[in-house]
Amino acid sequence: MRFFSFYRGYAVKMINIPLKQFFLFDPLSLFFLSVIFVVSLPAAVYSVGYLRGGYSSAKITLSWFLFFVFILSMALVVTVSNALVFLVFWEIMSLVSYFLVVFDTNHERSVQAGMIYIVMTHIGTAFLTAAFLLMYKHANSFDFLAIKNACQTMPAQTRNIIFILLLIGFGTKAGIVPLHLWLPYAHPQAPSHISSLMSGVMIKTAIYGLIRFVMFILGVDSSWWGILILILAVISCLVGVIYALMEHDLKRLLAYHSVENIGIILLGVGLAMFFLSVNMPYLAVFSLIAGLYHLINHAIFKGLLFLCAGSVYKAAGTRDIEKLGGLIKKMPQTAVCFLIGAMAISALPPLNGFVSEWLTLQAFFLGAANAAGGAKLFLGLCAAMLALTSGLAAACFVKAFGITFLAQPRSRYAENAREVSLSMKAGMFFLAALTIVFGLAAAGIMKLLAKAAGAATGIDTGSMSFSLNNFILSPQVSRNTYLSTPLLALALAALGIAGFGIYMAFGRQKAIACKTWDCGYYKLSPRNEYTATAFSKPLRIAFSFFLLPYRKTRKIRESFYLVKSFTYETHTTQVFKKYIYDPALALVLKSAKSLRRMQPGSIHLYIGYIFITVLLLIIFMRKF
Amino acid sequence: MMKIAVIILQLVLFIVFAPFLSGLIAKIKNNVRMRRGPSVFQPYYNLAKLFSKGQAVSETASWIFKVTPFVVFSSMFAAAMFIPVFIFSTSAHYLGDFLAVIFIFSLGRFFLALAALDTGSSFGGMGSSREMFISSLAEPVFCLVIFTLFLQFGSTDIAAFSGIHPLSASSVVAATALFLVTIAETSRIPVDNQETHLELTMIHEAMVLEYSGRSLALLEMAAYVKQMIFFFLVAQIIFPIAAPGLSGLIPSVLWILWYSARIIIVAALAALVEISVAKMRLFRVADFLGFAFILGIIAVVCAILGV
Repeated sequence: MRFFSFYRGYAVKMINIPLKQFFLFDPLSLFFLSVIFVVSLPAAVYSVGYLRGGYSSAKITLSWFLFFVFILSMALVVTVSNALVFLVFWEIMSLVSYFLVVFDTNHERSVQAGMIYIVMTHIGTAFLTAAFLLMYKHANSFDFLAIKNACQTMPAQTRNIIFILLLIGFGTKAGIVPLHLWLPYAHPQAPSHISSLMSGVMIKTAIYGLIRFVMFILGVDSSWWGILILILAVISCLVGVIYALMEHDLKRLLAYHSVENIGIILLGVGLAMFFLSVNMPYLAVFSLIAGLYHLINHAIFKGLLFLCAGSVYKAAGTRDIEKLGGLIKKMPQTAVCFLIGAMAISALPPLNGFVSEWLTLQAFFLGAANAAGGAKLFLGLCAAMLALTSGLAAACFVKAFGITFLAQPRSRYAENAREVSLSMKAGMFFLAALTIVFGLAAAGIMKLLAKAAGAATGIDTGSMSFSLNNFILSPQVSRNTYLSTPLLALALAALGIAGFGIYMAFGRQKAIACKTWDCGYYKLSPRNEYTATAFSKPLRIAFSFFLLPYRKTRKIRESFYLVKSFTYETHTTQVFKKYIYDPALALVLKSAKSLRRMQPGSIHLYIGYIFITVLLLIIFMRKF
Repeated sequence: MMKIAVIILQLVLFIVFAPFLSGLIAKIKNNVRMRRGPSVFQPYYNLAKLFSKGQAVSETASWIFKVTPFVVFSSMFAAAMFIPVFIFSTSAHYLGDFLAVIFIFSLGRFFLALAALDTGSSFGGMGSSREMFISSLAEPVFCLVIFTLFLQFGSTDIAAFSGIHPLSASSVVAATALFLVTIAETSRIPVDNQETHLELTMIHEAMVLEYSGRSLALLEMAAYVKQMIFFFLVAQIIFPIAAPGLSGLIPSVLWILWYSARIIIVAALAALVEISVAKMRLFRVADFLGFAFILGIIAVVCAILGV
């Protein structure tokens, strides 16, 4: 009976605990909640059309269930205020997303991708658990605020260890190079609306974790934290975009761009950490605003691009862009949506990606103005690398859009493609509209982001101004720098109309339709078109030191003079997989193999094991 | 209203003067080669001819192909609004700053590269691929040059030009780096060759190969404007010059003469480079721009040291 009353008392105690104690609704959490819902709403609408016809009704029901658990777990991850509860929801999020990755179980690649994903994500969780336990050791509590207080008195060495553990743990989820390996496998294999959630939102929860635990709870006091994140971010940007350029699978290409964009987001976050450590609150908040702005922008345009890629996949049945082409005529609305997304991710004005990359560049410049000699050069080089990244991203999306949607269809798949259903288009157009809104309404959004950034860094942003008036946003410097996207859009539109005016000013023009020039051969076929492989060749050669391209050519000749057929094969080497992951995996498998000798299948041996174990336990109990 | 009038005046002056620079460069090149060559006004004749001609549009092309001339025109002229070439006004600086100019340039380039792929010709694909290759490597150099100016002046505002120290080491090195970018961006030898239609070498010409008539005229105009912007930037970084005090007729005239002479000097320099070096292989352009990048870093270091 005593046991029972104890149990009952415990139960009552559980109920009495107010929910508020477990939740935290500061502006930072609210910001991430809005990121989650802004992408999951159109993804849900989209999935109605996307799932129809491809799956059985039981599977569709399962998909809806998993979809909602996934969104709920992400929403809880960004709002709980207890490290242990955080970890539980973090695990639920990872597991549910694993089930969504392997949703198409009939594809062997899905199962393999799921395997890589679940292993990598658990390695990350292990590091997080270690970090949380270390924090618990000092704070004797899992509550965020209690840990935050305890962290003030923590020795520097422990803080550094916790930072590294958190960086690896969250870095795995975010896909920072070299922990990005799972990302290009797992994201493309999930159904497209899930891909858009994973790339658009799920990896952002890792950024949330980094901001919440490192900036908010741990507090940044050594400048090398920020510098380390900046270096990793620059590497992620470049590696992500270079791999994306070499990729011909539309969804994998987008997944590599997620690696790149996480890098750009982390440039803002790392810069904010750097400024916090050198005690420059205005710049810290400004950089974090730039990072958070890119975060929500990336959620929007990457969500959009994945939905468009899903439409292409659904309509054409392939994701290989070398087999596509000419889709702009078959699927005009999807093409418009993809074009808007491609322009946004290439940072073209006046769309949203442009604003956040501009802000990030400004953050670097402003930081350099206030830093000493060596740091100036470092920040300048980081800014230059960001410019290189955005140039390469533009090249990649010229390739992705040009090869997929323009010219003539390269295969029957593309020829038979038809425009997708209304619900899918609705999801895409919603995000495309948001892409434009987040570009034009930059000034107002920046004010909202200032609150989230203030909450994250613990800086009072009330006295700081991040905007001149409703239309013009500007960094606060001695000589003001302006950017006004609405005015810029107006100027571009007016000049475009002026161009059209000049065009029409010379009266009606005779225009004839003719064939594309093919040196007078008049038999231009899709085989004459430039391919994605050819398009990226100059960059493959320029970055050959990193990509280690390998090619094989084979000619089958009828006679010496007549080549009957010619095969050309080219691959790039996945440096990280080949030189880091494969050896590590081989080591694990080898040691597992040698351990297997313990298990030869003989029952006598197993009884012997049990006997020895019991014996050892008895000795152990006696001794200690 | 006044501000808008000033901006429009500047754009009109751009349309009027930009083609002249191309004619001038062609003339210099021909004269050095001991040829007579066409008149310096040939680009104007070409534009007039193209505007009066009919147009042939490929059957495979989509609306991207038709809309691109306007987008390119609009983005290059928008960039021209930012550059205080003729009139020292800061009227356009509410729109954006130098960094925004990088992105505005890439808007036009993005569409031009797409239009080149749109017709389904391999030439277009080649041009598109090469253009994106070169421009993406040129972008970090441009960024470093702006960074150098920023370190000297403390802002990326377009008025930054008035704060440049004339002929300081960092300005000269930055201008040299920008000059190399200019060669790449305006498709001149040794990166590209405007005079040829040989498929192995052409880049810009390959992208506009399918265009004819007025669409081509708009694209050519945009290219002239882009070239003028780059020449102006190089000239302004080496020989910065402030707005005139307008104290009497003769100083004003001298000011205007020196103002335009600087741009012509840069154009002449580009012409001399074109006739004195051979075109390099496409893949060597990476080294060329890599060198420009190193120059950019040196410029930043000089600016940090304050020289």
